[in-house]
Amino acid sequence: MNRIPLKLFQDIGRYGVLLALVALILFGWVRYENFLGAFNVLSVLRYNSMFALVALGMCFVIITGGIDLSVGSTAALGSVVAALLSPYGVMPGLLGGLAAGLAIGACNAFIITRLNILPFITTLATMLAASGCALLLAGNQSVSVSYGTGFVELGQGDFLGFPIPAWIALIAYLLGSLILNFTAFGRTVLAIGGNEDAARLMGLPAQRVKALVYLASGGLAGLAGVILAAQFGAGQPIEGVGWELFAIAAVVVGGTLLMGGVGSVGSTLAGVLLLGLIFNILNFENGLGWISLSAYWQSVIRGAFLLLVVAIQARLSMRTEEAA
Amino acid sequence: MADTTTTLPPAHRATGFDIRTIMTRYGAWIALALLILVNLAITPNFATWQTLHVNLTQVCAIVIVGVGMTLVIATGGIDLSVGALMAIAGALAPLIFLGKLFPMPHPAIGVALAFIVPVLAAAALGWFNGWLVTRLRIQPIIATLVLFIAGRGIAQVFTNGNLQVFNLPSFQFIGLGRVFGIPFQAVLMIIIVAVAAWMLRRTVFGRQILAIGGNEKAARLSGIPVASVKQRVYLISGFLSGIAGLIVIARNSAADANLVGLGMELDAIAAVAVGGTLLTGGRATVIGTLVGALIIQLVRYTLLANGVPDAAALVVKAAIIVLAVWLQRQSHR
Repeated sequence: MNRIPLKLFQDIGRYGVLLALVALILFGWVRYENFLGAFNVLSVLRYNSMFALVALGMCFVIITGGIDLSVGSTAALGSVVAALLSPYGVMPGLLGGLAAGLAIGACNAFIITRLNILPFITTLATMLAASGCALLLAGNQSVSVSYGTGFVELGQGDFLGFPIPAWIALIAYLLGSLILNFTAFGRTVLAIGGNEDAARLMGLPAQRVKALVYLASGGLAGLAGVILAAQFGAGQPIEGVGWELFAIAAVVVGGTLLMGGVGSVGSTLAGVLLLGLIFNILNFENGLGWISLSAYWQSVIRGAFLLLVVAIQARLSMRTEEAA
Repeated sequence: MADTTTTLPPAHRATGFDIRTIMTRYGAWIALALLILVNLAITPNFATWQTLHVNLTQVCAIVIVGVGMTLVIATGGIDLSVGALMAIAGALAPLIFLGKLFPMPHPAIGVALAFIVPVLAAAALGWFNGWLVTRLRIQPIIATLVLFIAGRGIAQVFTNGNLQVFNLPSFQFIGLGRVFGIPFQAVLMIIIVAVAAWMLRRTVFGRQILAIGGNEKAARLSGIPVASVKQRVYLISGFLSGIAGLIVIARNSAADANLVGLGMELDAIAAVAVGGTLLTGGRATVIGTLVGALIIQLVRYTLLANGVPDAAALVVKAAIIVLAVWLQRQSHR
């Protein structure tokens, strides 16, 4: 494809989401009292950090041209394992949830790279498997976490006045951005998405990098599960339904192309915040009392939003194709 | 072209007794037969009408949706919105025959409209999916993701998230009625499977679907109206989802927008994959989807009937999907 139109397209994708985010924040600031108050800002960040972690993994997977549908149930499994281990302390809970996520990620990596099965169908299967494991471990009900060991601080605590889960997400995004942009691994991720055969012929370790990407996605989902358990005080085997689609939507809204090869970690974060703020604004709108939109409108609005973004993306990419 | 494997009769490509060919073609049948034999041996009371009835009613909705999914996947696409469309159809029907949407002059008209309007609405939304895929050229997985997210929300907004309970035998015939002792939904399922299988094998439209899935560019260059064929395939998928939604609410005597069709896209895709349809398009079998759905249902039934928890059945289902696709790849090399 021609360089310049692609660059233009990327820019619109990247800054479009930021513009929309700024517009939404301005709208909320003008319209509602306390919208930018510390309480609201911090609770939005606290709540959305789980989704942010899942979306980060998804972003890498999508850049390689794949997809990971298992993240939602992996997070559920992570939350159950973390809750079961929480009586032994913060670290066992944290590491346990992470390990559960990595295990599912390793399954994905093995099936996709060794058995050569499409990511879509592989992660569909592991989604079922992870959810089955979570239900088995939890005995079909939510598992309450231990409050004595400080485990819940991982979800509910603050550090330097900033929610701990938001710190975790922030660090993960910084690392993710550095890895994607400044390491050989990151460049290989982009190269695989651009053209996997070409990447392989150039001698890049395509299979290994792909395996690591799915492993990372599983690990991040497990971490999101740990935060879920800590934040709501329970490991929840049936949570996480639809998280994968939320994550995909956030990545796409962030301007990452689903064909792979192009993508940005920062825009993904903006996409997560954008989708999260829609829910927040809906709450505020109901609080004004003029209209009463039920929580069900949330998904309708999110869907409409996704439609708008992909329609714009499709228009732009058609134009770049014609120009090329 | 890749479609010759299913569209030519077996005699044309009989090249001896190749085990791989046999596995690809009859693997799902062999698995189903083995499952039935195992069940006859170990599951108590397996060979009864009641077992057949339970399994058939569990599988009907999945098969009906799976048929549409098979056609979509045959073109190289995917439809994630089927469960949400079921919820919309399921939410609309009671609103209509209970007269909440608009007053009904006569109950019979209400029931008739309750069959027609929801299915047409689902078909229209399917057409919308197709429009996104063909006109805006959005990848199918994202295009149908829009309605996957928004569709269930629309159904919930219609009903305010409330459970709609009803008791209306004339409407519920689609889920509870019997024709000569056979559940009506099973009859409907068999008709749909038969028509779709015939269409895929014997009509120009069917050939066009497979040609597009095999190689879209080649299909376009050979004069096939790619956009129009794809559009119709998504419409059919939406239409069938609407029917499945009606069956589910009729069976339950209640419509719950939060639950109708939840996870159906996964069940349908799993049935298609296990049935032997190539997930990248170009090779498809509708009968295979029926067999695939029966296999998944029978595995679940076997485990449940022998005291294995439902959650473990999920793990087994996952293993079956991976195994089926892996075997497919092995024999397709």
